Amino acid sequence: MQAFTVHKGVAAPLDRANVDTDAIIPKQYLKSIKRTGFGPNAFDDWRYLDPGEPDTDNRVRRRNPDFVLNQPPFDQATILLARKNFGCGSSREHAVWALDDFGFRAVIAPSFADIFFNNSFKNGLLPVVLEEEEVDDLFQRVSAEPGLEIEVDLQSQKVRVPDGPEYRFEVDSDRRRRLLEGLDDIALTLQHADTIRAYEARRRREAPWLLQG
Amino acid sequence: MSGQTLYDKLWQAHVVFEEDDGTALLYIDRHLVHEVTSPQAFEGLRLAGRTPWRGDSVLAVPDHNVPTQNRAAGIADPVSRTQVETLEHNVDEFGLKFFPMRDLRQGIVHVIGPEQGATLPGMTVVCGDSHTSTHGALGALAFGIGTSEVEHVLATQCLWQKKSKSMLVKVEGDLRPGVTAKDVVLAIIGRIGTAGGNGYAIEFGGSAIRGLSIEGRMTVCNMAIEAGARAGMVAVDEKTIEYVRGRPQAPVGALFEQAAGSWRTLVSDPDAPFDKVVELDAGAIEPQVSWGTSPEMVVALSGHVPDPEKETDPVRAEGMRKALRYMGLEAGTPITEIRPDKVFIGSCTNSRIEDLRAAAAVVRGRRKAENIKLAMVVPGSGLVKQQAEAEGLDRVFLDAGFEWREPGCSMCLAMNADRLEPGERCASTSNRNFEGRQGQGGRTHLVSPALAAAAAVAGHFIEPAQLEG
Repeated sequence: MQAFTVHKGVAAPLDRANVDTDAIIPKQYLKSIKRTGFGPNAFDDWRYLDPGEPDTDNRVRRRNPDFVLNQPPFDQATILLARKNFGCGSSREHAVWALDDFGFRAVIAPSFADIFFNNSFKNGLLPVVLEEEEVDDLFQRVSAEPGLEIEVDLQSQKVRVPDGPEYRFEVDSDRRRRLLEGLDDIALTLQHADTIRAYEARRRREAPWLLQG
Repeated sequence: MSGQTLYDKLWQAHVVFEEDDGTALLYIDRHLVHEVTSPQAFEGLRLAGRTPWRGDSVLAVPDHNVPTQNRAAGIADPVSRTQVETLEHNVDEFGLKFFPMRDLRQGIVHVIGPEQGATLPGMTVVCGDSHTSTHGALGALAFGIGTSEVEHVLATQCLWQKKSKSMLVKVEGDLRPGVTAKDVVLAIIGRIGTAGGNGYAIEFGGSAIRGLSIEGRMTVCNMAIEAGARAGMVAVDEKTIEYVRGRPQAPVGALFEQAAGSWRTLVSDPDAPFDKVVELDAGAIEPQVSWGTSPEMVVALSGHVPDPEKETDPVRAEGMRKALRYMGLEAGTPITEIRPDKVFIGSCTNSRIEDLRAAAAVVRGRRKAENIKLAMVVPGSGLVKQQAEAEGLDRVFLDAGFEWREPGCSMCLAMNADRLEPGERCASTSNRNFEGRQGQGGRTHLVSPALAAAAAVAGHFIEPAQLEG
């Protein structure tokens, strides 16, 4: 997995609450059996004026000029500023793959939906939870000064604005360590293989119906 | 010492190992797999030279991409076809239990798990699908996961999890006639909001929940995720045990009785503390219709489209304005004046036999209205379809001008050929009214099967009891 330590980049303000994963990557693109290539279709319904299918050439589609990620410098953004309950709905990890493929390294919001939050950590995309007022403040700063680069530091658990405030965020220690070191989750878990086997043996005695095919 | 919640009991029984910070390695008993969220997981497994830890924990089925008509012709869309073929190849390579598209037992993964007895009380159940919460209706701890976690469960039979907080949603009293499980859960989401359950596992309790059938409880738990909670669950009672008895993958004989004894303990202790308790009066719940683009945007059928100008929170008001624009609705419009173009009865929320019976009871002897371009019924599984046909429900729908289809996810998310065209309005028994969910530009109103059927007959939303003839 791609590690995350410190990242500094342009932050794009996506000013709506409850952005769902259907909006982040519409269903027709979930037919892919790959993990890559979803970036051009991130926020597809909002980003393009023409409908799209997996085989559509996105370069010839008309862009929606009102959508923030079509507006320079936000088309180069690597940090997404969002509102509450970001990533709600479907469990599709394709939403995280699409944001990652677009170029995002972190999403800052007052809250995230649980499955999206988990999926992000598995892919080196850092979801940062700040207080609502702090997120509001960042929205205002980024809107007043488009192109403003924000720094997200997982090491010290801080979001920094140049010549501006510094906001601390919480992240649980286990997730933080895995992300800082870019560790392979499965390899780590398999270090506990004997413990898993012992658990299974006990459950087979106590409740064998749970381990039947 | 205070008592334990159902969630505490399910959690504790599955902890294999615990880190100092409370992160637990949780054992997974049942892993349900479908074609959309699994290809990259199997590919990861293969690239790392790994094999499934316990292949017999898996039940795989194609459901999202499958066509709902003319199945003999196969899947026309080559991209969809490749995805289903990839699943077929993967289950074959790793020797996993699989119901192919033409098997009578094929269906929506959340319908067939309980139907087969693959989901049992006391299990941990996961699937790369957010509506896995459905299985909590049987007293299981069931939640949706992403593809990386699908790969992790395949490789290790476990997941790293932090325990959620616990919420009890208590619905006490008697439901009014005509008010269904779908109305109950939409009312709950309307009350706590689409983020209200973030970070919580919800137990649904109270006399109104106990009064629901197991299928009704599945409808409620199914939409726990729409309230932001990964897991929803209902305590085990005798209905649960009778539901499970005799299912193909359920234990039999003395082992069943032993299991049932253990399942009867799967209830929250009377003094168990919850982090949050929400109470609803069952008698005050009316039939519900969603008006916007988030499942929390619901009102009673007797109500009106709400007015954003009366909302004090600016972010919320702006969300309402966007939703009204997308939905093509005016504030203040009576819900009963809204006229759908299409009607969809199906999805993992409402495609079980009781749902089809409820819809058929409304439709029987009536006709689809002229303005309804399409009314389709998509059973949740081949076995549900077979049962419905044995009861003559297919004739009831066909005689009324409805279409009777093959099982699958269908127009809940429109990954197959069933979809709304831009601007089309749909009365749908599914679970999400997000922008574009049922087709780009499509407008979804979430309702119960009875209300969807009544809308198909009248051409607008209406209480079934008000239908003429």
